Formats: sequence, C-alpha cells, structure tokens
Amino acid sequence: MLYVLGLATALTLLWLGMSGLFEPVVLSLGAISIVITLILSVRLGLKDREASPYHRIVAFILYTPYLISEIIKANFTVIKAVLKPDLDIHPTLVKVKTTCRSDLAKVIFANSITLTPGTVTVRVDDDSMLVHGLFEDGAQPEAFEDMDRRASLAGDGRSKSKPAPKAKPTEAPASETEATS
Amino acid sequence: MEFLNDILAALASSGWRQIVGGVLCLIGGLSTIIAGVGVLRFPDFYTRLHAASVTDTLGALTLLVGMAFLAPGFLIVFKLALIGLFMTLTSPVSSHAIANAAYTAGLEPLIGRFTGKKIEEEGEA
Repeated sequence: MLYVLGLATALTLLWLGMSGLFEPVVLSLGAISIVITLILSVRLGLKDREASPYHRIVAFILYTPYLISEIIKANFTVIKAVLKPDLDIHPTLVKVKTTCRSDLAKVIFANSITLTPGTVTVRVDDDSMLVHGLFEDGAQPEAFEDMDRRASLAGDGRSKSKPAPKAKPTEAPASETEATS
Repeated sequence: MEFLNDILAALASSGWRQIVGGVLCLIGGLSTIIAGVGVLRFPDFYTRLHAASVTDTLGALTLLVGMAFLAPGFLIVFKLALIGLFMTLTSPVSSHAIANAAYTAGLEPLIGRFTGKKIEEEGEA
C-alpha cells in the first residue's frame, strides 16, 4: 500500500512537471493514465521494497552532496592528467572490500565508484569489487573506505563502524569466467 | 507554479543569470572537449573509459546546470533536473557494463606507470 501511494505521488509530480497545464481535460487524462499505470504495476507484482526504495530516500538525498563533491574533485585530477604534456598515469586494478549488505547499497557504492572519473568498477562480487583506477595512489582500498561507509549508510540505513580489512592490489586474473551482475 | 515563474522572470531582468549560465555552459563544453582529447591520448581501453567518464559527469552536469540558469521557466528546470537524474543513474551502469564485458571477454588492462609512450615497470601494481 505504501508502495502504491509512493508511486502515485511520484507519477503525479512527474505528470505535473512534464505538462504544466492545469485545464480540467488534461488533468483528468493524467489521472486516468496514472490509475492505469498503478493497476498495471500492481498486477505485474512490482511492489516489493527492493523495487521501490522510498524508505531510503532521505538517506540518499543526504548522500548526494558528498557524491557531487567527490565527482568534482576526481574530475579535476583526470583533467589535469589529460592536459599534462607528458602522459603520467599509473593504471591499477584493485580489489575493494565492501561492508554494504543489501543489493541497493552495493549498487549505490559501485555506481559511485564508476561515477567518479578515474575509477571504474569492473566486477561486483558478493563482498568485494574489482576496481580499475587511473592512478595508483587514488585507487588504494583505503581511499574507498569513506565512500563505502557513506554508501552503506545510504543503502542499508546503518553505520557499521567495523573498518574494512585491507585488501591487496591484484593483478588482472583475466581467466575468471563468470561475472556476477 | 505561477509564482516560481515570476521569481525567475524577476531574476532574469537583472541579467546575471545569462552570465552564470553562459559560463557554466562554457565550462561544460570545454570539459567535454578535454575528455575527447583524453580518449585519444590514453593508452588502452580501460584508461580511455576513465577519460570518457569526464563527459558523463562534469561535462553533462555543468551543461545541464548552465541550461537551467538560462531556462525561461520552472518547467524547463524540472525537465533538466529529470535529465540529470536519469543520466547519473544510467551512465555509470553503461560504463560498468562496457568495462565488465571487456574484462569478461579477457581484455587485459595495462598495469604500471606510463610516462610518455613507455611502460617503465610492468606488472607491478
């Protein structure tokens, strides 16, 4: 029920924001299409907590300023590396342990790593991620601890104070077959 | 929503919005060009992916914020915010999909220090 209410609110906001018209005909058309969408999504069974994480929205909004500041900082590092007359980069592949438990927190963490330029999540396993970094010192496992803590706070809703165990940088084990996604 | 339009119109008459929006759009365009240069300069697939992600983040976001400053009404700002939200949700997923596909297919990333065109130490991470 909470899910249906949340979806109805989101759809109403989307409709009003996209159309911007307040005539009765347009509004009733919007109401009809919102009701049809709600009926369809309830019939499809898309109403679990995983598919509609409305209960995490405040924590996620609190997480975004940190993410944006990280993105801007990382952008300047990459731009500096691009504009240097002599190329001076040090690509590495590191395994980063994560304390995130739920899939949502893992998605937030992995996407945050990929969004910051200079680091890309190559693989996601159960409790660790393979990260390709453009600079060795910027891609050490310790560098991700803060982001990991904040992402698990945003996705799981609790701050786990257990420090992530130190992982050592790995060479490219390219023979590994299956990629979890 | 009328009052929001009125606020934006009152701000527009002072003219600072054009300046701020123009500067932000300029920064976005410049960073996109720099990212293109980086895609050409970097040595292998994974490092080029890093350069391209500058376009996704700083380039796109500053362009969108700049356009929001230039926008005539609140509706346009809302749509630009939606575009920004969907871009930040989808662009890392596509980058991850590309990197994961390359890694699964067995493309080995170059590891080690690059200066100029030479690899000084190989295999040391």
